[in-house]
Amino acid sequence: MNFRRFWSDYAPAVILFVAVIAIWEGAVILFAIERFILPAPSAIWSNFVENFDRLVGIGWFTTKEALGGFFIGCTLGIGTALATARWLTVREALMPFAIAANSVPILAFAPIVNNWFGVDNPVSKMVIVAVIIFFPMMINTVRGLTLVDPAALELMRSYAASEFEILFKLRIPNALPYVFSGFKVAASLSMIGAVVSEFFGGNRQALGVFITQEAALFRFENSWSAIIIACFVGITFYLVILGIERISIPWHVSFREK
Amino acid sequence: MRESSSAAGRKFIRQTFSLILILTMIAVVWEGVKLIGGDPWWPDSNPFGLEYKPPFRWKFASDLNLPHLWDIFGTFSQPARRNGPPLIEILVSAAFFTFREAVVGFAGGTLLGLSLGTLFAHIKIMEKGCMPYVVASQTVPILAIAPMVIIWLRAGWVSVAVISAYLTFFPVTINTLRGLQSPDPLAVDLLESYAASKWQILWKLRFPAALPYIFTALKVSATASIVGAIIGELPSGIRDGLGGAILNFNQYYISGPGRLWATILISAAVGILFFILIALAEWLVLRKRFRPVETV
Amino acid sequence: MSIQSTISIKNTTKIFNQGSSNEVVALKDINLEIKPHEFVSLIGPSGCGKSTLLRLVADLIVPTVGEITVNGKSARRARVEQDYGFVFQAATLYDWRTVTKNVQLPLELMGYSREERKHKAQEMLELVELGDFGNHYPWQLSGGMQQRVSIARSLAFDPPILLMDEPFGALDEMTRERMNLELQNIWDRTDTTILFVTHSIPEAVFLSSRVVMLSPRPGRIAEIVDVDLPMPRINEAREDPHYFELVNHLRDTLRKIEGEDG
Repeated sequence: MNFRRFWSDYAPAVILFVAVIAIWEGAVILFAIERFILPAPSAIWSNFVENFDRLVGIGWFTTKEALGGFFIGCTLGIGTALATARWLTVREALMPFAIAANSVPILAFAPIVNNWFGVDNPVSKMVIVAVIIFFPMMINTVRGLTLVDPAALELMRSYAASEFEILFKLRIPNALPYVFSGFKVAASLSMIGAVVSEFFGGNRQALGVFITQEAALFRFENSWSAIIIACFVGITFYLVILGIERISIPWHVSFREK
Repeated sequence: MRESSSAAGRKFIRQTFSLILILTMIAVVWEGVKLIGGDPWWPDSNPFGLEYKPPFRWKFASDLNLPHLWDIFGTFSQPARRNGPPLIEILVSAAFFTFREAVVGFAGGTLLGLSLGTLFAHIKIMEKGCMPYVVASQTVPILAIAPMVIIWLRAGWVSVAVISAYLTFFPVTINTLRGLQSPDPLAVDLLESYAASKWQILWKLRFPAALPYIFTALKVSATASIVGAIIGELPSGIRDGLGGAILNFNQYYISGPGRLWATILISAAVGILFFILIALAEWLVLRKRFRPVETV
Repeated sequence: MSIQSTISIKNTTKIFNQGSSNEVVALKDINLEIKPHEFVSLIGPSGCGKSTLLRLVADLIVPTVGEITVNGKSARRARVEQDYGFVFQAATLYDWRTVTKNVQLPLELMGYSREERKHKAQEMLELVELGDFGNHYPWQLSGGMQQRVSIARSLAFDPPILLMDEPFGALDEMTRERMNLELQNIWDRTDTTILFVTHSIPEAVFLSSRVVMLSPRPGRIAEIVDVDLPMPRINEAREDPHYFELVNHLRDTLRKIEGEDG
């Protein structure tokens, strides 16, 4: 029963994945596509296995930047939201700014930050990642703290609850699902942000630099292998957040059994 | 209780005012930091040998790392190269170049996203087969593939537009699907009881219901397509856009930090502008739905 | 006055959006005295301000003119000192709390010890016949069960007054009748004073010792009817001829009010 549902849910995806890989491999062999244009999946895989240790080192370097930026950005974003939760005017003033800032291509600031902290310094990437994450995190948290059922607030008023009690017993629990959807966005953004801010220069032993340099030299197998690592880290990060969400807010709509 | 239109107007004025206030505050803090811990400063024409020496000398506040705001804005009118046009001219044409890449990509990505979303909404097996990828792809650093896409396509700015399209189509697909599925099943039943065709249900019920979802995605995509265009230009060797300008002025940062800052300011403005354009379109299309209702 | 009123509403007027173009006079010159252990229902066509009156008593909103005292204190002090429990139309349970935790919420805010809270919550859940559901989440219960949890929550700290805003409005007829009996039972066994808003005339007559009919725009008291059916009321009361008489009388009044209005 369960297996059957699992099968019907995931089989089409698995089949598609296998088909894409097979067509890709087949096309490379059939049309004799040169490896410096598009390497075959098998070539990428053998390259990946061959260079595994080196790739893990490079991947770990960038992962540390992503993690650092994630923690700084989330802490600041949630902190700002909490600090302003009590003052409607401050929040109203801050929101249009945050939304505007969120539509700024923040990655463009990478060269400046590189100049501040040094191109090779992981801190410069962490700062970029943190700034990218800050705004969606703050916007989501503010929404969660303020989009409270009016009846739930009226209930608190009928208990003559203090602002502090309302914050801890109502607003924060209400905000948790929003915060987690912020975390999920931030998890994806942090890895992308770290890799791409390395496009503007950085340590040679980092994913972004490695990908661009190898691609520029037409050594695509190397770039693809590095991308596999980046995908793996990104997905793992996302799944970890998903797992923590499941444990922390088992009551949320998304986890109710149908 | 809905807000009345005058209250909404007041809120808009208040928010615009506070936005200006925040920007002013940032400028004040910026120059304040320079005043306390920046580099010594003297006027351009200085017959009396005046010089202001800040009490501290912080590295991050030096003229190289944090130029004076007037120096940044001043670079707009100065030529970037000897005898060349003023920087603002170069940057505006670069902005148009990048904006064109982004808009072409955005349009293509939106079309693709709308079609895929509609297709998924109607063909269950397509949704099951493809949706996991649409979802998983959001966790994958798509921009990381940019260098290779650019090198493959070797098609100049069009290949940059492809990156923008790629970034655009994911959110649009997901939100189109979600929006098309959002109407109450009872409302669908009702239309079916009138013997409405699938097309009629799509046009009369599902698509109008999906519009707010689609606009939410478009606003996200607008920013993403600009980011995609700027990042896409980096490995492409294209030097006519903002990405190229950033790389270029980054190389000469030591001799003129203001120019890189100016370029980034323009990039930010383009991002915000595109977002505002989409938000405006959203308001035009959906404003009738938010007509204020008077209630007790 | 020999007996002090539990709830006293004097010359009370409530105007929403005063001074603006969408000004609404919700209630005008309301005078109402409710004695200890009375069960008073507020009834009337929609928009007559019955919920507004209840919210004024609860100090969830403030009157424009007039004075409301609850248990001999100002409405505000009565709220702060938790003299009443409020039951909303929706159950308003917090999604992230289990049923027992929801019932414990007011007790937490009032600083009861953990042991007291657990004990009290269990007692209240048993009162509404949900003793076995303490560890469920609200969404795992039916609408009727959720509303019973909300009643248990409002009774948890033994408030001398219960304010109920169409608590059974969203329930099906069968559940509603059972809930009416249960509420009767609770009221009979405790010395709680209840002010109850409903739009169902039979429900009002079945439950109350007095029914207050309001007329709309602006809301005024149109009629007060004493319900002299024997207590405690059981299902048979619904077949009493006098019960029908009262229901029919109130229906006529309501029709007259709506006729004038329309």
